[in-house]
Amino acid sequence: MNDPVVPAPALSLFRATSFTRKKIRVQKAAGILFGAMACALLVPLLALVVYLVVNAWPALTWEFLTDVPQGGMRRGGIWPALIGTLYLVVFSRLFSTPVGVLAGVYLNEYAKDNWLTRVVNLAVVNLAGVPSIVHALFGVGAFVIFAGLGKSVLAASLTLAIMTLPVMIVATREALAAVPMAFRVACWNLGASRWQTIRTIVLPNSIGGILTGVILEVCRAAGETAPIMFTGAIFFKAVERWDFFPYSPREQCMALSYHLHAISTQVPGVPEPMLYATAVVLLGFVLAFNSLAIVVRFRMRQRKKW
Amino acid sequence: MGGALKQTLQTLRRIASGLSERTIVALIHLCGISAIVFVFGIFFFVFREGSPFLRDIFDFRSFFLSEEWHPTSVVNRRYGILALLAGTGSVTVMAMLVAIPFGLGTAVFLSQFCGRRTREALKIMVELLAAVPSVVWGFIGLMVMNPLIVRLTGAPIGLNVLNAGIVVGLMSAPIIVSIAEDAIRAVPDTYVEAAEALGATRWQLVYRVVLPAAKSGLLAAVLLGVGRAVGETMAVLMATGHSIHIPFTAEAPFFHPLESVRTLTATIAAELGEAPRLDTGPGGIFPVEARHYQSLFVIGMALFAITFLISVTADLIVKGIRRKA
Repeated sequence: MNDPVVPAPALSLFRATSFTRKKIRVQKAAGILFGAMACALLVPLLALVVYLVVNAWPALTWEFLTDVPQGGMRRGGIWPALIGTLYLVVFSRLFSTPVGVLAGVYLNEYAKDNWLTRVVNLAVVNLAGVPSIVHALFGVGAFVIFAGLGKSVLAASLTLAIMTLPVMIVATREALAAVPMAFRVACWNLGASRWQTIRTIVLPNSIGGILTGVILEVCRAAGETAPIMFTGAIFFKAVERWDFFPYSPREQCMALSYHLHAISTQVPGVPEPMLYATAVVLLGFVLAFNSLAIVVRFRMRQRKKW
Repeated sequence: MGGALKQTLQTLRRIASGLSERTIVALIHLCGISAIVFVFGIFFFVFREGSPFLRDIFDFRSFFLSEEWHPTSVVNRRYGILALLAGTGSVTVMAMLVAIPFGLGTAVFLSQFCGRRTREALKIMVELLAAVPSVVWGFIGLMVMNPLIVRLTGAPIGLNVLNAGIVVGLMSAPIIVSIAEDAIRAVPDTYVEAAEALGATRWQLVYRVVLPAAKSGLLAAVLLGVGRAVGETMAVLMATGHSIHIPFTAEAPFFHPLESVRTLTATIAAELGEAPRLDTGPGGIFPVEARHYQSLFVIGMALFAITFLISVTADLIVKGIRRKA
């Protein structure tokens, strides 16, 4: 009659004591607190986007996008500013993308672990930390005055290009670093040179990451205002509707970001929906491109074979 | 999209194979060091424009320790940036009051308290928050926060330190979140496992093990957030109210967030357009009107120096962690 009965005290070993219960309560409270903090940071973003769109709704029409400003910016649309932003983005990409990609290739594929590489990395970090208004001063000193470009699309694009360069370099470097070393070794063993390996194996396998970098750069270049204020943005330029080539590279151009700043601080009496609509178009452009970058990255990750 | 991508790739490949290997390798090395060239270029060209001011009338006391900034006055020209420094400082402090707790809290939540799906979704949101252009933040400060602050606090004007601080705080929080999350992720798994084996809950794990182990990384995150806040231009230009004023007093409450200020960056942005760049007059002496333009470049040099120090310090801290890990 000695059945193996579990003694009562052993059961209570597994029952939560008041100490454990308190521990778990505190953990739950901490989880909720941190969750609330995350929400407090991100809910304003959603709320602001909704608020801006609601206020902009009456003015957000196809006409608004394709019409030219009229009545001292108080009527009409934003066509010249849209095209100007497009100009700045394209020109700055033409410079910054190749240089950034090659610099990324250098850092990941060629650079040895020596002082020069450390200095280059430090310079990239620093370049990313320079305030945008200091980039503007640099643009004025170097491109507008020293290089004699004057205030122009070219000077503004070069300033933007240098400002966005670190993003491109870092994105390329990370994308290249994600390609397994075995790919390179296999290619070298077939007798390919270093550059042939990079061209045929490394770059094609990292194109997704590089593309993400390019898209993020487009966002930044489109949204920045300070660097172009003194290097090429202009308050107003008479442009025909649907004119896709209104600016020459040596002329100043309108830009959406500067336009938003100008009409919301320097022009009295602009109808509010127009202000909001301009902000929404700029914000929408940037967020849409950013989402595109996220989608590209996501798809590339899914397609990855290694 | 795949087809277009393949086509561009092929075109690029054709162009690339046309270049000889030696040229392309030289080009890669040239681009590699371009970052150094540009950092020196920035310093050189900003210095070049500001150097006549430094040589002729710069004096540490009257530049950094005077609050009189009257660069265009006819009878009493003064170039004192103390009030502007105080403006930058106050906005940065206010921004960090918002960004540090919420940024670090979000980083902890992302890395310790939520599942993979929630984390992915929240990280996308953080990324989008970081993408909002600064001029749009300025617009929000001007049009949304301004009336809100007037209504809630009864301040005479809603464009002040509080407004700019909240806006800049929201702008610099994403960088704090992403760097702090990396730092928390870099804490060795063995630490976490050891704590879990001892029966620690998530919260005990966070504040007894993870946060102490990641503290230098968190410091770097905060530093980079500060750097971002100091350098922010358009948002503070539009949201601070633009009056040259020191929002600190010797008596309690010491700090007045409901007063309007002006920052270093906003001063450059607001005045560079009106300051003429003049050449030397007879006898190689600059006319007094030329000094305003030059003094703005000297402010630019001060900003460059501040952010340079912050970036280098943060970088050294991050490097130190990597070496240990």
